[in-house]
Amino acid sequence: MDERIDMLIVGGGLVGPALALAAASAGLRVRVLDAAPAAALADPEFDGRAYAVAAASRRMLRALGLWAGIEGAAQPILQVKVSDGVAGRGAAPLFAHFDADELGEGPLGHIVEDRFLRRALLAAMAESPLVTVETGARVIGQAEVPGGVEVTLADGTTRCARLLVGADGRGSQVARRAGIGRTEWAYRQTSLVAALEVERPHEGIAQQMFFPDGPLAILPLTGNRVSIVWTEDTTRAAAVQAMDDDGYLAALRPCFGDFLGQIRLAGKRYAYPLGLSLATRITAPRLALAGDAAHGIHPLAGQGLNLGLRDVATLAQVLAEAHRRGEDIGAADVLERYRRWRQFDIAALATATDAINRVFSNANPLLRLGRTLALGAIEAAPALRRRLMREAMGTAGDLPVLLQGRAL
Amino acid sequence: MSATTQTASDAPATGTVDAGEIAKFEAMAAEWWDPKGKFRPLHMLNPCRLDYIIAQVAAEFGRDPDQPRPFEGLRLLDIGCGGGLLCEPMARLGAIVTGADAAAGNIPVAAVHASQSGLDIDYRHATAEALADAGEQFDVVVNMEVVEHVADPLAYLTACRRLLRPGGLMVCSTLNRNPKSYMVAIVGAEQVMRWLPKGTHDWRKFITPDELFALLRGAGLEPVDRKGFVFSPLAWSWSLSDRDLSVNYVTTSVKPVD
Repeated sequence: MDERIDMLIVGGGLVGPALALAAASAGLRVRVLDAAPAAALADPEFDGRAYAVAAASRRMLRALGLWAGIEGAAQPILQVKVSDGVAGRGAAPLFAHFDADELGEGPLGHIVEDRFLRRALLAAMAESPLVTVETGARVIGQAEVPGGVEVTLADGTTRCARLLVGADGRGSQVARRAGIGRTEWAYRQTSLVAALEVERPHEGIAQQMFFPDGPLAILPLTGNRVSIVWTEDTTRAAAVQAMDDDGYLAALRPCFGDFLGQIRLAGKRYAYPLGLSLATRITAPRLALAGDAAHGIHPLAGQGLNLGLRDVATLAQVLAEAHRRGEDIGAADVLERYRRWRQFDIAALATATDAINRVFSNANPLLRLGRTLALGAIEAAPALRRRLMREAMGTAGDLPVLLQGRAL
Repeated sequence: MSATTQTASDAPATGTVDAGEIAKFEAMAAEWWDPKGKFRPLHMLNPCRLDYIIAQVAAEFGRDPDQPRPFEGLRLLDIGCGGGLLCEPMARLGAIVTGADAAAGNIPVAAVHASQSGLDIDYRHATAEALADAGEQFDVVVNMEVVEHVADPLAYLTACRRLLRPGGLMVCSTLNRNPKSYMVAIVGAEQVMRWLPKGTHDWRKFITPDELFALLRGAGLEPVDRKGFVFSPLAWSWSLSDRDLSVNYVTTSVKPVD
């Protein structure tokens, strides 16, 4: 047992560092292990990825003292438009429209580029006396020991703590080594991700259009830029990705429409195959999973990171309360509280996201009529719309205190 | 958890033990500390008990529970310590902890687990009376679900008072005696849910809060607080209640300084 460390986190992406900082804010001593070399973590290249940070997630980042360093690079989402697109004809006439002014609770969320989130998290970890980051540290083994857990690194050295957290993504090796299985299915869809420069101001409007092959999300970035998440069936996506920039833009335009005027590429183009990947359990002896290691969902609702931050807020609160009570933070009954609190939320969102995608990624004219009417009904029913907005903002349900914007 | 057999003469179960014995104690410790095992009811109640004890001790001794090791330096005795479910958290919070149990078998089991947890706890096979006769004194005495098991509650609580230094604090919990507590603690917990072995409790020995306050005063202590432990089947957890002391409840009393 290393008396100086309470929790080991494997994975230095976004969820791992956020958990490290949240736990440290409650007085826990944390070590973050990541296989990537220091330089790769410290200076992420712009890869086009951006996240919709829900209002609850923003409150948590603020409670952890991180938001001030992110806000300048965050684009507020003032409106969300969801519409049923017809390829070659753009958006259908009926669409659902969510306006922040209607709720009066500030922006619906913010779009933040991956690199700015990473930088803010790294800087905060470097300043925290309770957080240690070890880069180039590849974990190859883990085992329960009396009163704790021990991980073995590729160089043969070991690290001990009372609790191990796997925040190592949807291919989590921490989960695999613990014998935790996964329920996975591929969508035969690939998301094409790129940043664009646009001619006309986007006015903080996020667009989500559903086409038969998959959704196209247009997310406003700071300045006259947007990030697209363009989902197509895998064959067509591969063909589009293989085109030169002019061909790519020509293929995009019929879906994108011309409401933002001329468009051109503002960075590299990326392709991410889509799939749902749920761990069958999120805890094991001396072990908890968080973020995509627990649940990689279809990214269409922009909820992947928000769901991961809900894990962080929940686990950090459970651990903070246990720590304040003098309980062993890695004990089975403490981890059970995390599992009970999270399981319903994860199952509900994964199911809903999958169902939405299956219904909308379909050219069947009857289904198309049905969903067009459903979107029209949302537009006509303010109470239902406000409920959906609150859900997407992450402010419904039994919220951990960090997501309410309060410190632990 | 039982302090019924109060014999002071048995030698404390410490010293050298062989490896086979240690393996047996480790297995028994694992049983004590398995939240889904034999002691599940205690594990479920434990967070609520800890929250209460921590709040009372922090208030009485002016400690900030948000600081690391808030109870640093306080001497605490847990009577009927069992496998150490209360001792270990208190030791992590900085208290100098002694755990006493009248059941000799619990002592090495609790000691093995504390050493696995890297905690220094003084576990003793001893009764409250024996410790008091030896002149031991503590800042805090924790006395959870013991008093309903002893033959003479007033004599037992008097021994507890002697174990406190003047100004010291005792937390004492037990079960109320009324038709509801019979249904919940005997019919429900022992016969229907099988959370507790049949015969764990004798309902006739349960004590009402007013009776307990009278006993505490009779023992020379000053009762200062009482709260209920209430189980919510919906949340599947226990919480503290100001009003509902109908089944499980807890009290705090202090030993006057003069």
